[in-house]
Amino acid sequence: MIETEGLKFAYPGSLEVLRGIDLKITDGEVVAVMGENGAGKTTLVKTFNGLLMPSAGRVKVDGVDTHDSSVAKLSRDVGLVFQNPDHQLFSETVREELAFSLRNFGYEEDTIDRRVASILETLDLARFAESSPFVLSGGERKRVALAAVLVWNPKHIILDEPTIGQDYQQKDRLRNFIIQLNAQGKTVIIITHDVEFVAECKPRIILLSRGLVIGDRPAEDILTDEALLDRASLTRPQIGALMHQLKDCGLPERTIDVYSAEQAILHALGRKE
Amino acid sequence: MSIVQANHLSFTYTGASKPSIEDISIGVAPGEFVVLTGPSGCGKTTICRCLNGLIPNFYSGDFAGELIVDGMSVKEHTTAELASHVGMVFQNPENQLFSLSVERDVAFGPENLGLSREETRKRVDWALDVTGISHLKDKPPYELSGGQQQRAAIAAVLAMQPKVMILDEPTSFLDPKSALEILEVISDLNKKLAITIILVEHRLDIVSRHANRVIVMDNGRIVLDGTPKDVYGEHARLIGIGLPRVTTLFNLLQRDGIQFPQTPITVDEAASVLRKMLSDD
Repeated sequence: MIETEGLKFAYPGSLEVLRGIDLKITDGEVVAVMGENGAGKTTLVKTFNGLLMPSAGRVKVDGVDTHDSSVAKLSRDVGLVFQNPDHQLFSETVREELAFSLRNFGYEEDTIDRRVASILETLDLARFAESSPFVLSGGERKRVALAAVLVWNPKHIILDEPTIGQDYQQKDRLRNFIIQLNAQGKTVIIITHDVEFVAECKPRIILLSRGLVIGDRPAEDILTDEALLDRASLTRPQIGALMHQLKDCGLPERTIDVYSAEQAILHALGRKE
Repeated sequence: MSIVQANHLSFTYTGASKPSIEDISIGVAPGEFVVLTGPSGCGKTTICRCLNGLIPNFYSGDFAGELIVDGMSVKEHTTAELASHVGMVFQNPENQLFSLSVERDVAFGPENLGLSREETRKRVDWALDVTGISHLKDKPPYELSGGQQQRAAIAAVLAMQPKVMILDEPTSFLDPKSALEILEVISDLNKKLAITIILVEHRLDIVSRHANRVIVMDNGRIVLDGTPKDVYGEHARLIGIGLPRVTTLFNLLQRDGIQFPQTPITVDEAASVLRKMLSDD
């Protein structure tokens, strides 16, 4: 469980980036944090793993105030995958990169080998095991950064813009992977601008704008609310926009994913005949 | 006459086990708006690096074949010489901006071409005007929003008055509204100034309506090349490129046995086709 109460944060010498945030994210939830560039999304999640401490208010992870916890413990429980993989990667090979944290946590070598092999497979990285992360493409490096965090099996996982630079297949894989993590009872928090990705996962959306939560509801509600989308500089997903244009033809306006739209259109065409 | 012409172009990075691009032959006509797409690691970024001469000038490796941009072979000209013919805009504008004011950033290129003060002034004002950021000229780039920063990065490239602009996922760091605005800016450069655009993008949802041509790469080779409508067939889906959602929806409906006069590639097209079907008797 991750909770915030009256959370405020200001970087030294700047205005408040977070201006009073109250949230409760329970174990096993999948949550998307969305909002305009500069809304405070990344700052918010950095308070969850102790990288940043609140200027006012509090953050509690599994019932413990982050002020009273150690960064070592927090970072082990809350795995944060950065937006820019180059802020995270440093090893000679992908395999070494993934083994690094496990060695620090004191795991046995054969456990390390097993875990690394399994995560390489899951994220379609096995063929790059002996490559340097720096010869990989941008999208591939991002997957290595993700693997490097997942490998130590944190309880809560935060992904900062995981879909940037990922092609369609990799996004599909990522979506399935998020579902799988969730099925294992993990909390998954995704920061993203990718309305199409969110429209297909349909998680709870926490919508931030200028340091405040302006919406906290299911994806179907947020991504079809013109006024909210506008405030957070988001757009309707394509299918949502299509259904919105056709609502006078009797199509359900809250439909935002391809498969539900297919069913709704088949239904509408069938009814007509 | 092509403004970009590749003949059997291949490149293998030093230390890599196989070529990143292999036997690429394409011609791009002046004024085209080309979207270059394909699965990650397919060679898109490598092509971009060739187009502005970063390959072979800055990246070592095995370069074979020929690439001519605006009449200049990239092998025989320096990146600096190519810079006023072909401009490059990257994903993250922060990597491209470095001065203390937007105006200084935009002036940097023309000044380095050795242009006169008046000519530099003229170009800077023009580039800021075209990208809609004249009012921000005195601001430091780090105080701007992501979308404003990307406009500044585009202005800085534009001030070199290139005939070709290469943009490598220029909107992926931006929120969706800012992304659409940047694409409008790019589309204007193409329509109003006839600048040839080569745009690398995974998200065909947002670029399809601007492009007249889509080139799909896979494993270092070009596998599809045509208008968006021609390309968004089954094959493109199979190699993992993300078709616009409305196109996917229509492909699914077609599989369900519903016939359409055409497969739409934009929301507006899809809406008008469906509206007609739902109201027709």
